[in-house]
Amino acid sequence: MPVRTLKAAALAAALSLGLMAAPGAQAAEGHIEIPDTRFAFDGLFGTFDRAELQRGFQVYKEVCAACHGMRLLSYRNLRDIGLSEDQVAAVAAGYQIQDGPNDDGEMFERPGRASDRFRRPFANDAAARAANNGALPPDLSVITKARVGGADYIHALLVGYEDPPPAGVTVMEGMHYNKYFPGHQIAMAPPINSDGQVQYADGTRATVDQMSRDVSAFLTWAAEPELETRRAMGVRIILFLIILGGLTYAVKRKIWADVH
Amino acid sequence: MASGLHDSSFSNPVVRWIDQRMPVFTMMQKEYGTFPTPRNFNYFWNFGALAMINLMVMIATGIFLAMNYTAHTSLAFDSVERIMRDVNYGWLIRYVHMNGASMFFIVVLVHVWRGMYYGSYKAPRELLWMLGVVIFLLMMATAFMGYVLPWGQMSFWGATVITNLFSAIPLVGDSIVTLLWGGFSVDNPTLNRFFSLHYLLPFVIAGVVFLHVAALHITGSNNPLGIEPKGPQDTLPFHPYYTVKDSVGIIVYFIVFAFLVFFSPNYLGHPDNYIPANPLVTPAHIVPEWYFLPFYAILRAVPNKLGGVLMMFGSIAILFVLPWLDRSPVRSMRFRPIARWLFLLWTVNFFVLMYCGGMPAEEPYVTISRLSTAYYFGYFLVILPLLAKIERPLPLPESIAKAVLRGGGPLPGAAVAKPMEKA
Amino acid sequence: MADTLAPSSSSPGMGGAHGAGAHGPEQGTKRDFLKLAAGSFAAIGVGAIVWPFIHSMNPAKDVLALASTDVNLAPIAEGQAVTVMWRGKPVFVRHRTAQEVQEAEAVPLGELRDPQADSDRVERKPWLVVLGVCTHLGCVPLGQRPTDARGDFGGWFCPCHGSHYDTSGRIRRGPAPTNLAVPEYSFTSDTQIRIG
Repeated sequence: MPVRTLKAAALAAALSLGLMAAPGAQAAEGHIEIPDTRFAFDGLFGTFDRAELQRGFQVYKEVCAACHGMRLLSYRNLRDIGLSEDQVAAVAAGYQIQDGPNDDGEMFERPGRASDRFRRPFANDAAARAANNGALPPDLSVITKARVGGADYIHALLVGYEDPPPAGVTVMEGMHYNKYFPGHQIAMAPPINSDGQVQYADGTRATVDQMSRDVSAFLTWAAEPELETRRAMGVRIILFLIILGGLTYAVKRKIWADVH
Repeated sequence: MASGLHDSSFSNPVVRWIDQRMPVFTMMQKEYGTFPTPRNFNYFWNFGALAMINLMVMIATGIFLAMNYTAHTSLAFDSVERIMRDVNYGWLIRYVHMNGASMFFIVVLVHVWRGMYYGSYKAPRELLWMLGVVIFLLMMATAFMGYVLPWGQMSFWGATVITNLFSAIPLVGDSIVTLLWGGFSVDNPTLNRFFSLHYLLPFVIAGVVFLHVAALHITGSNNPLGIEPKGPQDTLPFHPYYTVKDSVGIIVYFIVFAFLVFFSPNYLGHPDNYIPANPLVTPAHIVPEWYFLPFYAILRAVPNKLGGVLMMFGSIAILFVLPWLDRSPVRSMRFRPIARWLFLLWTVNFFVLMYCGGMPAEEPYVTISRLSTAYYFGYFLVILPLLAKIERPLPLPESIAKAVLRGGGPLPGAAVAKPMEKA
Repeated sequence: MADTLAPSSSSPGMGGAHGAGAHGPEQGTKRDFLKLAAGSFAAIGVGAIVWPFIHSMNPAKDVLALASTDVNLAPIAEGQAVTVMWRGKPVFVRHRTAQEVQEAEAVPLGELRDPQADSDRVERKPWLVVLGVCTHLGCVPLGQRPTDARGDFGGWFCPCHGSHYDTSGRIRRGPAPTNLAVPEYSFTSDTQIRIG
């Protein structure tokens, strides 16, 4: 019956076009093709590679944390990427955290504890701008959710510097040419710029690409720490619903059998 | 039977005792048990029940989110991320609420589309239809204010742009905008009142939904043939036939919903809303949520501020008068050979508007938006009134039962009303 | 649901096709089994949905990870007490006099409503660390300041409903059922404790 096909088509179009409208809008913005990096967490069932997350945290800690905060994370969250309780305590104790006021009404610094938030590199945004030539280094807590392309974009950005810039491009004073940054001129100097910048404990060769990839994976975990739980729960719930749907449909067929 | 008590037909003593004093069971039995429902519904008739379920999901998740949300400009963004990270199952409740808004619009848009295709807005269901349009408007207001609450960049700039629409009103526009803001820009007072109203409006929606259902149960449901049931042979009791059919639809809907929530929760959102609101920097390309895109395209298609705002609101307001614009006596488009194709074109046109709304305001999208806007209104204002005069509808079937059974003999047993027995 | 509450009167518009008679008992059994299976599955689903909502009201991870509190004992003179905040509740830290310690130790356990030796309630003499929350209905007892009423046993007195605690924080008289609770704490040095 053609009417039926039409209706099915209309329904399918309604659903699919509705779903496509939003990303269509996003694609229009940049017009820069971001290369696809293969990550362990890609796809519907991907999970995090704990070793990679730990390497990524090391890169964040030794390179990015000088300018970029992650104010939504606490040191205790690092248990998730496979650090032991003692390791977390040691990492936290490596930072001086402001606390107070004490009995004299003064703020004071003390070694960090697992329950503390990640220490912020600057006291406030104005201090951050003052130290960075007027540019504000964004907080990285949810950065992969806040950028089109997510982890792929972060990785591309970190390896996308070109010095000297392509012929015919003038880069402003204090700016750097980056293939993947919207507008191509970025205030951040290449943060990961030489192989071996970080000494990995697990013996992984610290190439620029490897370090960029590891820190992108770490930032993805930071933005979506629930990713693995979410997907595992999703599989169970959808399987349950499919079985329930089958049973309900069978009941429906039985009940309607006398009518048709 | 004591005088003053309702004549209850239930035999369970507890149920009977309550029912005699407050006949809710009789009412439920009448409205959702034996309620005579056309026997020929297709799965499009699931979407009313789906919308009802969706409203319940939104209210339940919303109440639990509100327990952990802080409506303050300096805390709102972080409190939402705290829900995502620290509150037990907070990520689940928040993602269900966030994607539930999109699911709600998908379900309601299909529900409205079904009403338009099968002529459910025509007499005697005009008021039922108008209440539906009221629900749709309330949903849009609720969704808009809810989107402001996480206080990301899109929240802030969406709120700024949408509230500024009212500044197009001559003379009092600016005063109205200041009133909406509670200040001289979108700021903490705005966030606070939006939270308050976002909590309130869903219950208003629930109230109008009750009226919508009350009106439905006076006129009875329309059906794919668009002809009224002529007797018991044309209808089935709502339970178990449509309770079970709705259940099938509800589970399919939950599967789609679960896929969004668990596997691509941010697919329909915009990355910019994970950047905390910054009143000093507008994002390069601001777009509303996908369900506002068609109306946003109409707004941008008009090169005049007031004109654009009027057209945008008019595109929904026109639905209120649809029952009087379409004077054709035939409801279902199945029997309207011309209207059917022009309505399907209108549907495609709606998606074109949606697409253009998501694109930057430049060529060719501006021209396409203008043409699409013209067809959107032309369909209602020119095509439908004209077709009522010139279209020759196909012959209508004699009755629902006849059509369903392809003119076969009398329906065994169905014509006789019998007491409901347990199978 | 509604079919189990079926009214005995007949209603218009109800199809007789619903009856089992047309199909015989075997069909009916099969349908009943399917209904039962689908119904139980749906019930499990609803139950599973309820849990995340309820659990979301339990303490969140950041609340559970709340910081421990350090207390410097050096400035607390003998006979004095300080109150510090820990997990949103007051903790009493009391530098007891030798006489107070002796009183606490001398009480025969048989006289106590909630028998507990003083030595089981302190880490190091003479320091007493207890939660400042009356075990009756949660008020904060008096007795921290020298001018406060300390009750009949020299410890604390809860003004809400008249519970008397002794110098070991044990309940001696009044409606409270148990002794003031001792939080988890340890000495990090001779003059410093960490609570939690």
